[in-house]
Amino acid sequence: MWVWFHKLGSPPYFYRLSSRLLPWLAVATLISFVVGTIWGLFYAPSDYQQADTSRIMYIHVPAAMFSMSIYMVIAAAGAVTLIWRIKLADLVAAASAPIGASYTFIALITGSLWGRTMWGDTYWEWTDPRLMSELILFFLYLGYMALNAAFEDRRRAARAAAVLALVGVVNIPIIHYSVEWWTSLHQGSTTRGMQFAATIYPSMRYPLYLMMLAFAFFYAQLMFKNTRCLLLESERNNSWVKEMVTQHDAA
Amino acid sequence: MRHALFTLLKRDLLLAFRQPSELINPLIFFLIVVSLFPMGLKPETPFLPMMGAAVIWVAALLASMLSLDSMFRADMEDGSLEQILLSPWPLPLLALTKILAHWLISGIPLVVMAPLLGLMFNLPAEGISALVVTLLLGTPVLSLIGAIGVALTVSLRRGGVLLSLLVLPLYIPVLIFGAGSVWDASLGLSIRGPVLFMGAILVLALTLAPLAVAGALRISLE
Repeated sequence: MWVWFHKLGSPPYFYRLSSRLLPWLAVATLISFVVGTIWGLFYAPSDYQQADTSRIMYIHVPAAMFSMSIYMVIAAAGAVTLIWRIKLADLVAAASAPIGASYTFIALITGSLWGRTMWGDTYWEWTDPRLMSELILFFLYLGYMALNAAFEDRRRAARAAAVLALVGVVNIPIIHYSVEWWTSLHQGSTTRGMQFAATIYPSMRYPLYLMMLAFAFFYAQLMFKNTRCLLLESERNNSWVKEMVTQHDAA
Repeated sequence: MRHALFTLLKRDLLLAFRQPSELINPLIFFLIVVSLFPMGLKPETPFLPMMGAAVIWVAALLASMLSLDSMFRADMEDGSLEQILLSPWPLPLLALTKILAHWLISGIPLVVMAPLLGLMFNLPAEGISALVVTLLLGTPVLSLIGAIGVALTVSLRRGGVLLSLLVLPLYIPVLIFGAGSVWDASLGLSIRGPVLFMGAILVLALTLAPLAVAGALRISLE
């Protein structure tokens, strides 16, 4: 197990592993997105109160879920960067940030469109704690990327950004539990643990699962691609990159 | 060790008082920003007391952020920050001392000036006392969180705008509870809940922020 982790931390190994994984991830993303979208938008039953607007759920819920998960990936990778100084962890964090910011943005936009039809005549409700904390999460992503870009020295950027990411983790439980701690317009969580089976009917639950998988695969795919680019850039003077490039030219 | 911390506090305060303009400029900024809003609105509108709480709080955030850069920048430039890092005393405590000095210099004057500005906005007496209480609990949090941002950006030549990007999102909870309780108090409601929340935020920041500042300073100076 530990040997595998050490191997994973080595750039050439990671590069080779990811080039083998990427095609599979691409296929998985494509299938789950296409099937999930068609199932969710056309075949799943519409909600008896919300009619067809409830179908926004198939985009909104996975995007919001992974906007938080990706932040936790960044924070965990940041902790690894600070403690063990593994360069690859920092690259994974840096590669994840723009994707996480996009997911957060998607969650905010779809949520606002959904809220417009369901909560009445408003796109945005300033008093709602979940909306506020998700917006703060978006700002945190932007700040993280800005700090990452501000340093010329990549290593120092990595460690400074890691500290910021860890400080921002305070916000994650606030988003997650905001719907339970404060009375808010946003509905409570339906997707947790055993309740999930009871609160949402299978015909709507399975396409939702599928869309969650699709968002996860899509994130993994983009993350690997971004990380590979960053890896080549930061390792461009190392022998394995040069060997690979010359081999590629020869072939 | 108490001696070392006390010396550091005295040194920071002395440095600040030797350059009174650095001390006073953020306060003037606070005053000007707060008075810009009534000028932008029609002064006879009924919105004024409603906006007062938010405007004063936002101006306090900005003023406290403006003075943040002085916390470590000068020490970084003349090398004394490196000496502080090399000293045998625990760095988080030294950082906390510097943050305390910053709060005494920038936070306390804001708290003292706030009632006057509250009167300018026609806040009722309950609102003004709530303003003072929440600022008293909130401004140390601003200094503590801000210190993390400064410590991260102190090695960059131009940290100004970046600092605000990092620090302002983290200020939002303080703003929400602070301005919210002033507004509640003006309506005659109890503000126990939000004030307790701000106390909790203060305790959290007081315990964890110095550690983050120490880590960030080590990264900035390596």
